[in-house]
Amino acid sequence: MKIKEIFVTSAFTQNSVWKQILGICSALAVTNLMMNSLVMGLGVIFTLALSGFTISLIRNFIPKRIRMMVQTLIIASYVIIVDLFLKANYPEISKSLGPYVGLIITNCIIMGRAEAFAGKNSPFESIIDGIGAGVGYTLVLLVIAFVRELFGFGTLFGFQIMGDWWTKWSIMVMAPSAFFMLSILIWIINTPKKQVG
Amino acid sequence: MELSPFIIFLAAIFTSNILLTNFLGMCSFLSVSKEVESSLGLGFAVVFVMTLTTALNYVVYHFILVPLDIIYLQYIIFIIVIAAFVQLTEMIIERFSPLLYYSLGIFLPLITVNCAILGVSLFMIIRDYAFLQSVAYGAGSGLGWLLAILALAGIRQKVKVKFVPAGLVGAGLSLIITGIMALAFVGFSGIVVIQ
Repeated sequence: MKIKEIFVTSAFTQNSVWKQILGICSALAVTNLMMNSLVMGLGVIFTLALSGFTISLIRNFIPKRIRMMVQTLIIASYVIIVDLFLKANYPEISKSLGPYVGLIITNCIIMGRAEAFAGKNSPFESIIDGIGAGVGYTLVLLVIAFVRELFGFGTLFGFQIMGDWWTKWSIMVMAPSAFFMLSILIWIINTPKKQVG
Repeated sequence: MELSPFIIFLAAIFTSNILLTNFLGMCSFLSVSKEVESSLGLGFAVVFVMTLTTALNYVVYHFILVPLDIIYLQYIIFIIVIAAFVQLTEMIIERFSPLLYYSLGIFLPLITVNCAILGVSLFMIIRDYAFLQSVAYGAGSGLGWLLAILALAGIRQKVKVKFVPAGLVGAGLSLIITGIMALAFVGFSGIVVIQ
C-alpha cells in the first residue's frame, strides 16, 4: 500500500471516531476548550504512532495468548512519557486534562489500531497509520471544541472572539452538549449522499 | 471538609455520574446497550470489578507506590492490577459457578479495556480520597454506570421499531439519547459537589 493511501484511509475514510465509534470518551471529555483538544490530540498521535511502531517491530515475537497484555503495557509506557512531558512543561494544561491523559491507555482507538493494523504490517507503515488515525481523531476533537468553546465561552484558544454583547451558552460547557455535538457530527457525516442524475 | 463515604456514594451515582458527566466507559456503553439483559450482566460485572479494583489500587498506591517513590508508574501498575483481577475473577467464577460464568463471564474481558475502571482509580488519586471514601466512590460509580446503561438499553429497545433518519441509526441516536439523559441528570447537580 502507498503511504498516502494508508494515511487517508485511517484518517478519513475509516476514521475511528465517526466510522467505528471508538475513543469517544476523551473526544467528549476534553472538547470544552480548543487548547485541551489540541494537546490531547497531539498526545494521542504520539502514542498511536510510536506504539504502532513498537508493536509492529515485535509482532512476530509476541505469543498470541498474552498479546493484549503486552500491547497495553507498551501503550502505557508511551502514555507515561506524554504525561510526564505535560506535567513538566505545561502544568496548567496537565491539570485541566486531569485523568484523561492517563486514560489514553484505555482509548480504544490505540488498541484498535494495534490489533487491526500494527500487528500485521511493517513498522514504517504502522507509524503512518498511527499518525493518520491520530490526525483523524484530532480533527474531530477540534471541530467539536470549536463550536463548544465559541458558544460556551465566546473564545477560541483562549482569545476573545465574541464581543460583550454575547451571552454565553453555559449548556455548551456542560456535559450534555458534548453528546449532542458528537451525534450531530456523526449524523452529518453518515447521511447517505443523494445520487445525482 | 471531609465528605462522608455515603455522600460520595450517592454523588457518584447521581450528580457526578461517571458516564454522563465524566464520559467514561462509552465504548462498551454504546456497543452493549442493544439489549436490557446483556446490559444488566455487564453492569453488574462493572459494579463488582470497579468496587474491588478501586480498593486494591488504593492499597497498592498508598502502601507500595508511595513508599517506593515510583508514583510515575501508576498507570502501568493500575492497568496490571485491573487486568490481573479480572483474569482471576474470571477463573474463579468459571470454577465455582458455571451458571454465573455464562451470564457474567463473557463480559469480564470487555471490562479490562473499560476506561471507567481505570478512570475511577485515577480520580481517587487526584481527589485524594481515604480508603472508605474510595470504596464508596468505586461502588457508587459502578452503580451509576449500571443505571445509565440500563436506561439507555430500555430506551433503545423502544425506539428500535421507530423511524430514524438513515445517518442517525446506531451510534448517532444513542448519543442523542445519552445527551438527553445527561441533561436530566444535570437536574441533580448542586445537591452535593464532589469534584
